[in-house]
Amino acid sequence: MAQTTAPERTSSGHALSYDEITRTIARTLGNPSRGYYVLLAVAASLFAFGVVCLMYLLRYGMGLAGYSMPTYWAVYITCFVFWVGIAHSGTLISAILFLFRSGWRTAVYRVAEIMTVFAVMTAGLFPLIHIGRQWFFYWLVPYANERGLWPNFKSPLVWDEFAIGTYFTVSTCFLIMGLIPDIAAVRDVATGWRRKLYTITSLGWRGTNEQWRHYRPAYLYLAALATPLVLSVHSVVSWDFAMALVPAWHETLFAPYFVAGAIYSGCAMVITLLVPLRKLFRLERIVTIHHFENLSKLCLLTGMIVCYAYTTENFIAWYGGPTPERTAFWFRAFGRFWWGGWTMNICNAFLPWLLWSKKVRTNITALFVISIFVNLGMWMERFVIIAVHLAGEPFEPFVRAGYNATWADWGIMAGSFGWFFMWFLLFVKNFPSVSVAEVKEELPPPRRAVGKGSHA
Amino acid sequence: MKLPNPLSLILDATPKPGVLAVFAHLDAAVDAVHQLKRAGHSDFTVYSPLPRHELEDALAQPTSPVRTYTLIGGIAGCTIGAWIPLYMSYDWPVVVGGKPIGSIPPYVVIMFEMTVLFGALTTLLGIGFNVLLAARHQGRIAYDPRFTNDRFGIFVPVAAAQASPVESLLRSAGAEEVRRA
Repeated sequence: MAQTTAPERTSSGHALSYDEITRTIARTLGNPSRGYYVLLAVAASLFAFGVVCLMYLLRYGMGLAGYSMPTYWAVYITCFVFWVGIAHSGTLISAILFLFRSGWRTAVYRVAEIMTVFAVMTAGLFPLIHIGRQWFFYWLVPYANERGLWPNFKSPLVWDEFAIGTYFTVSTCFLIMGLIPDIAAVRDVATGWRRKLYTITSLGWRGTNEQWRHYRPAYLYLAALATPLVLSVHSVVSWDFAMALVPAWHETLFAPYFVAGAIYSGCAMVITLLVPLRKLFRLERIVTIHHFENLSKLCLLTGMIVCYAYTTENFIAWYGGPTPERTAFWFRAFGRFWWGGWTMNICNAFLPWLLWSKKVRTNITALFVISIFVNLGMWMERFVIIAVHLAGEPFEPFVRAGYNATWADWGIMAGSFGWFFMWFLLFVKNFPSVSVAEVKEELPPPRRAVGKGSHA
Repeated sequence: MKLPNPLSLILDATPKPGVLAVFAHLDAAVDAVHQLKRAGHSDFTVYSPLPRHELEDALAQPTSPVRTYTLIGGIAGCTIGAWIPLYMSYDWPVVVGGKPIGSIPPYVVIMFEMTVLFGALTTLLGIGFNVLLAARHQGRIAYDPRFTNDRFGIFVPVAAAQASPVESLLRSAGAEEVRRA
């Protein structure tokens, strides 16, 4: 462990020092390069396009989306599940790996957490868009109303609301908790308006023994609370489907299958985000190839679980033998939407096998390309599960009307990517995107005694 | 009428006199903590850019009470998570899927989520209260911006008359810099 987490050494042979870590991370908050502004402009314009589409949807109603009986859950719910899934690896890396004392998480967990918070924020928009009369969104909340009505707590959709609400709150708390000592560290080297901003947002952190004494256990308990939460949230999301009687939805396999898929897509998204971030912010010495390799190992593990889940559900559909189930899986592979089914199979079940090779795991370009295909495949998986299986519902042959997503679907989906990347880019420019204090924990502390374990 | 600010004791307190030492090495800071304890000081503050178990062992502080907040929050959340769906089901009794009006298994999900939500929020409250109380107790003490970067620090609150033995103690323990505040 100690060997694998050792910081990268330069050609001169000296390891990173505490000061270098602070400076490197504080530098990411300075004047950005042109590439940053280009990315931000692309994200903001995508978001603006999504807003325009949403305005049309609000004005002319849900008819603009390509719904047709029986496909009333389609691209918006697909995007909801996709973004919730993306969120999962953040808490996995920050909470579960924290409990497992995995040292390598320190360099990447902040990016993963930021991604989590903004991905849940993005995901939360889609049920609101999907409900149609968006201005009545508060009907989802159990509040004492003049009609004397309460939500149906036996419905997984209500569980989901509680799960996503809790997940968003807890992951935001977790992000802010971790940020406080790091904002204090950049506060002490910042100048100008940034110094003022960090003085306020560091909440008076000075790293006193009293502060650390309460902070450390609090962080541990938050991690302990967040750990079962990660596993529960996507399970609850999967029950939105598994509790219904649609063939290919009604499976006990769904909870672990969805959780693994979520972590798989989330880790891929962390890689997608880290590769350009590392280049833009010149973090090569802190985020090393070793971190990418570990992330891709997580991808490999969860990808294998996803592969197993695909195999199992197809096998059970055949072996179990109920006609609706068999028909549904036949439709997935060879029906009108065969391209969706095969994209998902290739990207999620076959592609992760490449990661068995260490050459691939340590090649950043290869990982970046794979991570994008994984994201594509995971989006397609949700699309296949939701829209395709509804379209291919074999109970009522007369309703098999087909389904075509429209510009309103694609526009709002593109807008959600813009919204996510816009917030992400703004955040990493203004707050430390790598943990200052925790990266230092991975170094041997400075000691007087010269010899093993000393530094600088 | 000007209302007293409850945070004024922390924000606008008069600075406490004392000695501030800056350490470049962790083991020197740990030595200083041991020596200060032996010399009968208990009110000093240690700054560190990262949590180190060596310092925690040397200080041997009592366990933080934050965990009590987490426990109480978790239990409260679980109770509220059971009460909300049960009360609301009986207040608007509709039979769903032929199951009992107040059926526990589906409500476990709500109970679990509320346990985590309340547990996390009270943990935050716990750290907030405890750190504020500690800051109020410490008063306004000297600080150096290097303490969040790569230096460890110790502040010992002593009157100017008694400062010189503390200064020499900190220097002999290996402080890089000692100054009066």
